Amino acid sequence: MPVPDRARALRRREHPVARVAGLAGLLVLWELLTRTGWVPPLFLPSPLGVLAAGVEMLRSGELLAHVATSLGRILVGFGLGALGGVAVGLAVGVFGLAEAVGTPLIAATFPIPKIALLPLLILWLGIGEASKVAVITLGVFFPMAINTYAGVRHADPLLLRAAVSFGAGRASLVRKVMLPAALPMIFAGLKLGAGTSLLLLVAAEMIAASSGIGFLVLNAQNLMETTKLMVGIVLLSLLGLASHWALARLERLCIPWRAES
Amino acid sequence: MRVVIDGAAKTYRDRSGPGVEALAGVTFTVEPEELVAVVGPSGCGKSTLLNMLAGLLSPDAGGVGFEGELPAGRPPTAMVFQEFALFPWRTVQANVEFGLEEAGRPAAERRRIARGFIELTGLGGFEGKYPHQLSGGMRQRVGIARALAVDPAVLLMDEPFSALDAQTRQLMQEELLGIWERTRKTIVYVTHNIHEAVWMADRVVVLSRRPGRVLEIVAVELKRPRTERMLGEPAFLHAVERIWALIKSQAREALLEGAA
Repeated sequence: MPVPDRARALRRREHPVARVAGLAGLLVLWELLTRTGWVPPLFLPSPLGVLAAGVEMLRSGELLAHVATSLGRILVGFGLGALGGVAVGLAVGVFGLAEAVGTPLIAATFPIPKIALLPLLILWLGIGEASKVAVITLGVFFPMAINTYAGVRHADPLLLRAAVSFGAGRASLVRKVMLPAALPMIFAGLKLGAGTSLLLLVAAEMIAASSGIGFLVLNAQNLMETTKLMVGIVLLSLLGLASHWALARLERLCIPWRAES
Repeated sequence: MRVVIDGAAKTYRDRSGPGVEALAGVTFTVEPEELVAVVGPSGCGKSTLLNMLAGLLSPDAGGVGFEGELPAGRPPTAMVFQEFALFPWRTVQANVEFGLEEAGRPAAERRRIARGFIELTGLGGFEGKYPHQLSGGMRQRVGIARALAVDPAVLLMDEPFSALDAQTRQLMQEELLGIWERTRKTIVYVTHNIHEAVWMADRVVVLSRRPGRVLEIVAVELKRPRTERMLGEPAFLHAVERIWALIKSQAREALLEGAA
């Protein structure tokens, strides 16, 4: 009698066709649904219609203007928030005094939904770019600061001791042990922050803006231009995908020691 | 330079309770170019002793230090860790260069010195690999090369091969002895493996269970260079028996305490 194959329950098959078929099926079904006229295009425009509208907007330059404005806001806000968050997280992780002062402050301000601060920021910074950038900066700052802090504090004590035993001082410890040890957590924070910043961007542009993708979506709704509205939503999802892909690439570049394991 | 340990004592305190007395008045010396092994049952404070020599812990009482001139530009000690403690974000080359960086050596010199020790430890061709791409034995070679690269007066080894499988361990012991024959480093070698201690060392310091005290210092009457054949010689077997007799009952106590 052969040995019974007991590992069968553990096996999991991959279905490469189903991966594509699911998405394609949904699109086809959607297109058919709108073609038959069961659903009025005012509520649900067809996928091909959305594509056509997108191309048209691209031709007229309308699309690029909105995307450029939004991209500018998100890049500046994200950059400032990430840099500030890493700097504060490092300081709080390394220095006892900064930790004593910083952790209660962060714990107290972190739970505030950042979008609630937008009215205040508009009051302080005006209705222009500064308030929108600031709300994104705040939204990215907190996950970055908290993740960097956690990453630094979880640096392997054995490696810290090894570094010290070879004569490393405080500056060397931070640069050569704590920072690289925190990099995976920092990247987790960046991915988290990317999602948050997209959310805050759209919210800020819906509340007070005359350009940008968030404005495009809200304005299209006001004008009952559902197709344009859908173009905006597709754009946002593409933006989310692109930022995730870019961060994943950057992570592989910055953390080569984790590339294959 | 001699290593002098004079009445070293250490108690680990926590906030509640009386604390754990790890070492109580340990005294011995290590001569230049000598390879001294320190053995003892679990919890005899072997690692505590080594950490004191490395400057990572200070004794509560007694002294731990060195006697004689330390040549300029050389650190007194460098440590080889049981769990390797390699920096995962550094390649083999960069790991070996770490201590030289901290010593402020120029880049070209660091590269040259590191290359030499990479060759010496049999890591040639692996310079660009990251630690996770290496086997346990290869990783510890990096650990040894990193420690040797700074040219310490005393090499401290904290159970360097205990995380390796038995066959790799045997090979690494032989290689370490080969390196020792060429470099004649003073080595303090902590282990719980009596055979390893006797086969490698000139003298074996036997520590008691917690709190660690020196039970006896056993001189090993084997010629150098050591060969595998010596593992069957009476001098080897006697030394092993003697040490095992010293710590057997204590090891049993340690075992039972662990179960409780």
